[in-house]
Amino acid sequence: MKKDYRILPCGDSAVTVQFGDVISPEINARVASAAARLADMRLDGIEDIIPTYRSFTVCYDPCAIDSGALLHALRKACKAKKDMNSGKKTVFYIPVAYGSEFGPDLHNVAAHAGITPLEVVRRHATREYMIYMLGFLPGFPYLSGMDPSLETPRLENPRTAIPVGAVGIGGKQTGIYPIASPGGWNLIGRTPVRPYDPQQAPPVIYKAGDIIRFVPITRAEYTRIAAEVKNGAYKIKTEAR
Amino acid sequence: MALEIINPGPLSTVQDGGGKGYMQAGFPRAGVMDDYSFYKANALLHNDPNAAVIEMTMLGVKAKFTAPCRFVAAGGDFGGMLNDTPIRPNTVYQAAAGDLLSFGAAKSGCRCYLAVKGGFDVPMIMGSRSTDIKCRLGGVDGRKLQKGDLLPICPADTDASPNGASFHNPMPQGVARLRAVPGPQDDAFTADDLVLFFSQPYTVTAESDRMGMKLDGAPLQSKNGMDIISDGIAFGAVQVPRSGKPIVLMADRQTVGGYAKIATVLTCDLHIAAQLRPADRVQFVKTDLAAAQAAAVAYRKTLYSL
Repeated sequence: MKKDYRILPCGDSAVTVQFGDVISPEINARVASAAARLADMRLDGIEDIIPTYRSFTVCYDPCAIDSGALLHALRKACKAKKDMNSGKKTVFYIPVAYGSEFGPDLHNVAAHAGITPLEVVRRHATREYMIYMLGFLPGFPYLSGMDPSLETPRLENPRTAIPVGAVGIGGKQTGIYPIASPGGWNLIGRTPVRPYDPQQAPPVIYKAGDIIRFVPITRAEYTRIAAEVKNGAYKIKTEAR
Repeated sequence: MALEIINPGPLSTVQDGGGKGYMQAGFPRAGVMDDYSFYKANALLHNDPNAAVIEMTMLGVKAKFTAPCRFVAAGGDFGGMLNDTPIRPNTVYQAAAGDLLSFGAAKSGCRCYLAVKGGFDVPMIMGSRSTDIKCRLGGVDGRKLQKGDLLPICPADTDASPNGASFHNPMPQGVARLRAVPGPQDDAFTADDLVLFFSQPYTVTAESDRMGMKLDGAPLQSKNGMDIISDGIAFGAVQVPRSGKPIVLMADRQTVGGYAKIATVLTCDLHIAAQLRPADRVQFVKTDLAAAQAAAVAYRKTLYSL
């Protein structure tokens, strides 16, 4: 079978394995399974594996693993086309209070799409979003699959502080802000749960390849869940696929 | 046993070797910029190689020891004084309880590392004590040091190199030579650009920080545009944004980025980059991968020993 990847050295202690030059769920699934297979080998000297849209980058200690052994492992990890690991993903149900003070830009998105705010919520919350990669901020998920009708340009004047848990739309993308941060996305809702907590292990509950679903909740439910999150009683609903 | 910060200087943070294993979730490594000064200072004190230190930038701290303590100030010469006595960089000293340690402006280099016997005892988060200011993690409450901070020091045996023991740690002078391997996206640049990149001297700009060293020089023209689909970033990757002016990505770099990376600096030369300051000059020297890997292995073997 023809090799569908390229190995790009990044200096003496990192290497990128690249599958194609486009963003697609198929290529991202190849990345996820090859990166998972490499991680499962638990080789000494591999310090970080960073999966992205169409590649993964391995940071390694050249004293602990020589380049020949690393290349051999990379080729092995990338070889199998049948993805044994593609079934190992988790669906996370993220409760979101949409609109009002939780989502001050919901009306903006609705006006841009020419639909009602309620219809925005329906279209946003009925989709499954796959996590292509995490980055930009710790635990910030780059998600695939937003309904194209919800595309809304970024705000002309970015906010200086977007609150933790904000759910927003920026251009073709939707996502959850893991920490308070400046930003120009349209905020349509907010989740009371904390997908990122530096004190928990792992600090970010999801990984590239996992799936997010947004579940609309009321203001009362937001308050109740926020209290449960605070005292550690809330468990995010998940489902293994 | 602790060190009390009387004057923190403009940017002093607790750092160690950085947090490994969390880049996949978007966490920068953080950690020391100059690993040579860091590891050698800890080796001189017979510390754990990863014992946490204070990294000072351009201007040092003024601090008081609450108990007797051995220490080394490694890297740039910040004009250190123990009470009224000048101290030399990269050298072991013994402080008594109540002794004042003060640093001034950098006379050489850009960063100075205060290592103490035992290392600073701040909480370990995700396998590291390093401060990540952007993510507000590690060090002292995820921030730079401030007046009044009391930094605990890990208890340790008394074993260390004798007072006055030192190591050789020259700071960059003249045009610093940074060896670099082309790639991972060298094919996004024209042959002329590659020649220009490896031949012209660049100037370090004042916008440089722990995330990246921004350089000024004749701009490069990429043939495919400078943007790629975001991928992972190694320590020392040289990315070229639309300005055509390279940025060497350093300890606090983002985990992923969408600019083409023309080359990657050898890990054994990053400590030189870490000590460059605004207006310093730098020249990239093209190196092949096999030579880079051999140099990395040789370098790391010398790091953990004296």
